[in-house]
Amino acid sequence: MAKGTKKASRTVFADPEKGSGKGTGKAKAAAKGVNAKAAKAGKGKAAKPARAAHRPAAPDIVVEAKSLAGGKLTFKGWRRENGRVGVRNHVLILPLDDLSNSVCEAVAHNVKGTLAIPHAYGRLQFGEDLELHFRTLIGTGSNPNVAAVVVVGIEDGWTGRVVDGIAKTGKPVVGFGIEGHGDIATIARASYEAKKMVQWATELQREECDISELWVSTKCGESDTTTGLSSCPTVGNMYDKLIPRGVTGVFGETSEITGAEHLCKARAATPKVAEKWYAMWKAYQEDVIEAHKTDDLSDSQPTKGNIAGGLTTIEEKALGNLEKIGRNSKFIDALQPAETPAKGPGLYYMDTSSAAAECVTLMAAGGYVVHTFPTGQGNVIGNPIVPVIKISGNPKTIRTMGEHIDVDVSGILRREMTISQAGDALIDMIVRTSNGRLTAAEALGHREFSMTKLYRSA
Amino acid sequence: MSIPHCLVHSPKDTVGVVVVEGLTAGTDMLCLITENDTTFRLKARMDIPIGHKVALSNVKKGDTIWKYGEDIGRAIADIKKGEHLHVQNVKTKRW
Repeated sequence: MAKGTKKASRTVFADPEKGSGKGTGKAKAAAKGVNAKAAKAGKGKAAKPARAAHRPAAPDIVVEAKSLAGGKLTFKGWRRENGRVGVRNHVLILPLDDLSNSVCEAVAHNVKGTLAIPHAYGRLQFGEDLELHFRTLIGTGSNPNVAAVVVVGIEDGWTGRVVDGIAKTGKPVVGFGIEGHGDIATIARASYEAKKMVQWATELQREECDISELWVSTKCGESDTTTGLSSCPTVGNMYDKLIPRGVTGVFGETSEITGAEHLCKARAATPKVAEKWYAMWKAYQEDVIEAHKTDDLSDSQPTKGNIAGGLTTIEEKALGNLEKIGRNSKFIDALQPAETPAKGPGLYYMDTSSAAAECVTLMAAGGYVVHTFPTGQGNVIGNPIVPVIKISGNPKTIRTMGEHIDVDVSGILRREMTISQAGDALIDMIVRTSNGRLTAAEALGHREFSMTKLYRSA
Repeated sequence: MSIPHCLVHSPKDTVGVVVVEGLTAGTDMLCLITENDTTFRLKARMDIPIGHKVALSNVKKGDTIWKYGEDIGRAIADIKKGEHLHVQNVKTKRW
């Protein structure tokens, strides 16, 4: 709460216009920065022309990593109050529960430049499931891609818990309970605060940061055999190059390691981490799959899309999946879903579902700011707060739904591109995306935010 | 080198992946093992869609199928060299 003052109504926000505290100084400095930069921009280089109209679906193809050539690799991000760096600058309107979605959407409609992220849960959850709900919401609000947050809940108690959790980052956050006020008054109160926040946030400036400050997650989707041959090893090559430079990475998808668990376990940094990971994997097999399956899982894992793409068994899918962690890195911890890594830079494992939106939502809540997403048959997923960079090596997917793909690595299948060149192309796209380029998913408005539910509510 | 029709991960593998669209039965496929960059030729016995697997040798019902140099399941029918290998003749050993 370095920048904020916590008020009785759980407002944790230094009003930049009223001028009490550090927030004002920062806002004024930021305002100067805007003018100076705007003037420069006018004289600077012209915007790159759009791609030719006759290639509407072609994704950006980069085969040389310009960003790696100079040795030092940097990007421009927003440094937050807690020191972490974000690559987006969202003002979130965050519902505590399903009942508060309407208010949040109305506030986001009233105040341009804010983003509501409605979801389906938050009532009568208990135990580990409730803890995960709070961890996901607090983690989402705390993500460095988020500048400030308005939390709305049906009542004050749990709303306050989310506000307090996010406030630990020092970023502006304010909460509103609907009970005793009704939707309309809550929308009005929340809209006033959201407007102040968005005007404050839009004056914050990006600064140059070393690549080591970037947290990059990965999870693949609508996989086929081309993902194991091309797009997953591309992500692996990126981690092989960036983890030694201090990047923090993560992979997950617990059910989808099945068939490659011996290889995954061997990639743990220590025997202790290996055992922790193995217990996680085995618990899912026993507590979830064995307890709930009505048939074998051959119709769900691999999915129908996977099978259409040529994947036959979970073992085959898992081996392709694991290509994403490259050849060299060992994972230094096995995280709970939505848990924030605490052992410093390096590769982590997170216990997640293999469902795309659930997994990316959990990784974003863990604090990751850019996601790399290999796809074969063409998954269209995005995330509200984290840019999801899609990589595909399937020439048919590139041809039929290329507007969803950010990095085309189909040259690998034709032997026109090496895995290392593809890795460089991905690193380039990570840097460009971090600097502000919208991903295909962002440009197309994909904002899938899916909470993981562990069991039925009370 | 010309564009391969089929890529194989490991020399140990008993399957390869068709990586071109519209592959028809009878095609004399150029196959490439990515691990050691060696090539060989194989005749496709069926039309095989892009991304789908082809048997590199004759497989007996019950045999283990190898890809990435690892066990990916078992054959539930005999499969001839050059035939399409997928859910109709291969099944997981898990679940």
